[in-house]
Amino acid sequence: MDFLTIIQVLDSTVRLATPLLLACLAGLFSERAGIFDIGLEGKMLMSAFFSAAVAAVTGSVWLGLLAGIAASLVLAGLHGLASITFRGNQLISGVAINFLAAGMTVLIAQDWFQQGGRTPSLIGGGRFGPIEWPLAESLREFPLIGPVYSELLSGHSILVYVAFLAVPATWWVLFRTRFGLRLRAVGENPAAVDTAGVSVVGLRYAAVAICGVLCGIAGAYLATALQAGFVKDMTAGRGFIALAALIFAKWRPWHAMGACLLFGLLQAIALRFQNIDLGGVVIPVQVMDALPYVLTVVILAGFVGKAIPPRAGGEPYVKER
Amino acid sequence: MDKMPQWADVVLIPLISLILAAILSALVILGIGEDPVAAVNMMVSGALGSTYGWGYTLYYATNFMFTGLAVAVAFHARLFNIGGEGQAMLGGLGVALVCLYVPWPHWSIALLAACGAAMLFGAIWAAIPAYLQARRGSHIVITTIMFNFIAAALLNYMLVNVMRPVGSMDPASARFAETVHLPTLHELLVPIGINFSKAAPANVSLLVAVLACVVVWALIWRTRLGYEIRAYGHSETGALYAGISPYKITMVAMLISGALAGLMAINNVMGEAERLVLNSTEGAGFIGIAVALMGRSHPFGVFLAAILFGFLYQGGAELALWTNIPRELIVVIQALVILFTGALDNMVRMPLEKIFLALRKGKA
Amino acid sequence: MEDKTIKAVPAIELKGISKSFGPVQANKNISISVAPGTIHGIIGENGAGKSTLMSILYGFYKADKGEIWIKGKKTEIPDSQAAIAAGIGMVFQHFKLVQNFTVLENIILGAEDGGLLQPSLAKARKTLAELAAEYELNVNPDAVIEEIGVGQQQRVEILKALYRQAEILILDEPTGVLTPAEADQLFRILHRLKDEGKTIILITHKLREIMEATDTVSVMRRGEMTATVKTSETSPEHLAELMVGRKVLLRVDKVPARPGKPILEIENLRVVDEKGVERVKGIDLTVRAGEILGIAGVAGNGQSELLEVLGGMRPGSGAIRLNGRALPLSGPGSDARARRAAHVAHVPEDRQREGLIMEFHAWENVAFGYHHDPAYQSGIFMNNAALRADTDRKIEKFDVRPADGWLAAKNFSGGNQQKIVVAREIERNPDLLLVGQPTRGVDIGAIEFIHKQIVALRDQGKAVLLVSVELEEIFGLADRIAVMFDGHIMGERLPHETDEKELGLLMAGVSGEAA
Repeated sequence: MDFLTIIQVLDSTVRLATPLLLACLAGLFSERAGIFDIGLEGKMLMSAFFSAAVAAVTGSVWLGLLAGIAASLVLAGLHGLASITFRGNQLISGVAINFLAAGMTVLIAQDWFQQGGRTPSLIGGGRFGPIEWPLAESLREFPLIGPVYSELLSGHSILVYVAFLAVPATWWVLFRTRFGLRLRAVGENPAAVDTAGVSVVGLRYAAVAICGVLCGIAGAYLATALQAGFVKDMTAGRGFIALAALIFAKWRPWHAMGACLLFGLLQAIALRFQNIDLGGVVIPVQVMDALPYVLTVVILAGFVGKAIPPRAGGEPYVKER
Repeated sequence: MDKMPQWADVVLIPLISLILAAILSALVILGIGEDPVAAVNMMVSGALGSTYGWGYTLYYATNFMFTGLAVAVAFHARLFNIGGEGQAMLGGLGVALVCLYVPWPHWSIALLAACGAAMLFGAIWAAIPAYLQARRGSHIVITTIMFNFIAAALLNYMLVNVMRPVGSMDPASARFAETVHLPTLHELLVPIGINFSKAAPANVSLLVAVLACVVVWALIWRTRLGYEIRAYGHSETGALYAGISPYKITMVAMLISGALAGLMAINNVMGEAERLVLNSTEGAGFIGIAVALMGRSHPFGVFLAAILFGFLYQGGAELALWTNIPRELIVVIQALVILFTGALDNMVRMPLEKIFLALRKGKA
Repeated sequence: MEDKTIKAVPAIELKGISKSFGPVQANKNISISVAPGTIHGIIGENGAGKSTLMSILYGFYKADKGEIWIKGKKTEIPDSQAAIAAGIGMVFQHFKLVQNFTVLENIILGAEDGGLLQPSLAKARKTLAELAAEYELNVNPDAVIEEIGVGQQQRVEILKALYRQAEILILDEPTGVLTPAEADQLFRILHRLKDEGKTIILITHKLREIMEATDTVSVMRRGEMTATVKTSETSPEHLAELMVGRKVLLRVDKVPARPGKPILEIENLRVVDEKGVERVKGIDLTVRAGEILGIAGVAGNGQSELLEVLGGMRPGSGAIRLNGRALPLSGPGSDARARRAAHVAHVPEDRQREGLIMEFHAWENVAFGYHHDPAYQSGIFMNNAALRADTDRKIEKFDVRPADGWLAAKNFSGGNQQKIVVAREIERNPDLLLVGQPTRGVDIGAIEFIHKQIVALRDQGKAVLLVSVELEEIFGLADRIAVMFDGHIMGERLPHETDEKELGLLMAGVSGEAA
């Protein structure tokens, strides 16, 4: 495997890790506030469709992005309504949201575009283009550093940089601000927050909304940057891989980035090599597909450090003495 | 005091939830420029208007009875088995292995063996998440989701690399032998003078599914094991106090659940496709969640809800065929049913409880 | 000092507070007035409505009727924020702390200055040092809550209130988890707060605390305020009478015990809990036929774990023998089913989480734990008809009301729920009865009935091991008293040879010789 191939695989790792990372951070906000969210997949899918649809119709990818975020926020609001206001089962609500998105996207896509549940292909201003870093072209021939700079770091769409900047931002918000302190507290012991005179409902809705925004960006990235348009079920389980990464990272921002890069790498390798021949032993592509899930199960099983979720996670808050 | 009578809890709440889901679905149909009344008419005539329609409705219902029971049994032990899909896939693998590699003299013996294999494979696929939950405290919802994906990868591998006949491009197994063909409702009913559609896939598995409903009912409500499962589901500390092993109940309930989900394969793999194809489960494992919620985890409720969803599935297929409404409408309805009967239960329940309380005060 | 209580504007005045939960009226037309700079006690039985009243004052519930006046001003308290703004601080019975946060983080939570944490933390650190010096409230600000003891955690709760500049401090059953020594320390702190002009409301069901710590006291019974008196002008007997509405028999009628052969022998028993903490640290005990051994102690000193390991609910190490036969403490044969087979019955501490399945019918609960009994089986199915007949018999014998076996357990009152549990366990005619907090949350009438049943079992020559945090109950029932502290047995006493003071010292970990 030559150096350029490695760079290309890593480059595609970054691209593939981006939606995972955004969704993973989305889940991190929600779950740190005590709201389990297995509906990341659905929110991403909904956003993917609406961002692509609006970008296709208006020709503006930015409007598309806004539409995607709005669509994701609607589903986040539904999840909040079910799990915060009506104290329903958060897991069941997440399942419902995933199906709702899977059905509605195709239904609306068929109604609007009559292309069998897809949007028209996005062109020009309808897509997020690559951002070339200064001097990327001239440095390209420079050994080692050149390809790393101009291939790996430069030339991604703006959302990729947003995703990776969101990691320190998330860390800072969670551990250095009042909002973060309260958010973490409400996921550990909502009664403590309530008796301290802070609204549990408000905090949790805020967390769910942030989750909605991040999932919206993730979905928009899929449909308007990674690919050029929406196709049915295009999230392809990424929401669940993000969930896996979140557990893998034990609900910590920097670790989430590591986990998403790892899972992105697995996807990149599977994409490029199909079956991998390791000196006679052939690893079928399906193993690469399954690896994130297997790794997550191993982590969950506690064989590699125990993953302890926020204490109040999944439990609706009922006031009591 | 109970806030409202039991019949309201068992009948009224699911009914209201269903009506809410129906209203919203009608709005969705309106929203995409179609006529909801015409759509319902077409669904009814397509799904229930002919023995052909009934044959498909009952075929789908059979799948959903198995997966609905699977989810329901786990619910009784307060375990959310979201992995019915993967367990059903593995059940299909078991059925395929049994049907492909053993020369069966008669379908009835083959069916027994296939049932055994389907249940075994489904149970094994549920056993690992169950063990991890019981012994290592890993959240069963997450592990069963992960196992769905792992099952899909495994099946993909088996069909592409192992079971695909030489020369075939299709990721599917070879066709099963004629001897393991399960009698369809047509073949069963013609001897007694009923002319049932020849083309419909409903088959003898339906009877197995109905039998499974009865067995699960007896298990949950009439046996000691069922008593223990329900007790554990209500209170884990209570179970410890009563000498009921949480480990045992988690394992047993999930094994039964996985076996029931796996059992679905006798219908879709052995009864209909007569070979193993990719994505043969078609999401039936997830519909089991809606069916179990709708049926209040009671086998009779599951039976009714499965038929309802069978109707929706067949009706939806007819709609997709004759109108501009894609099949995904059913996925939306399914989502709404799960949402209202599962997650938004309190939205229906709280006002209803107030009404009953007011009624009681009025009487007193 | 008491005289100023009458003249000053009341710190808090409640006027005609009423609150219902569905058909249950928790507070009926309650009025009190508390003078500033005093300690006011509110005493009442479980379920008398004390906590509801305080929750209204802290904005947790909204009163259906009535007014709240703070320092002579009518005040609306729709939520906790309003309560804090009105200068009210509350220390709940179950602490409201974030377990994996530091003391400092818990203190600033909800009372931060500005959007960034660092300045708030720095300010809180300084204030905390001042408060610690002023009120002797020393806590390490950087300690993580889950790593400090309950006494310390309680201080954090008090500090939280003081940090928010509370003028009125409400403490709900603050000594439930404290040793008598820790409780004394708490009362010293409270007196100091009072001297600084703070007003304190102390909610408790312990007469002793009222007599020792308060200036005035209100008594609640069944949602009503039955009296408000000066503490110096009343007596425990009088308060007790006001609490229950009639003269109470503090002692249980019983003949002297005639202990026989040892039924239960415990040797060097140890229990390590799920977190790896040793809760029972090598104890030796014997319970004889025909006697009640009472285990006294402050909650959380290993009594619950002792009961649970004996009942087969958790593993332990060491040795226990029943009628001379060893019972396994871990592995096969150590679960609750095996214990029942060995004729050990168990009335657990928490009937709602352990002893009953609240959603099950009464008749299903009558089989709970005994569902393997051949009498309840019919082939592969359970014989529900036989079970229901058995239930009707037990309901009649133990006077469970309403006498309806089809009712779900959750629809019975606390006392009747407990009667179902006691009926189920005692009617098994066990050799050994384990009883934990038999009368917690149970009304007076049922208490007497349950106590009589336990004594009757003893008089049949059976062994009883009673765990209770109520010293009164221990004195009333036990023929012999063992005191547990920090997983150890501190000593054994005979009830007529000891008193509450001596037991209190033992409960605080002061051994008999030193005392």
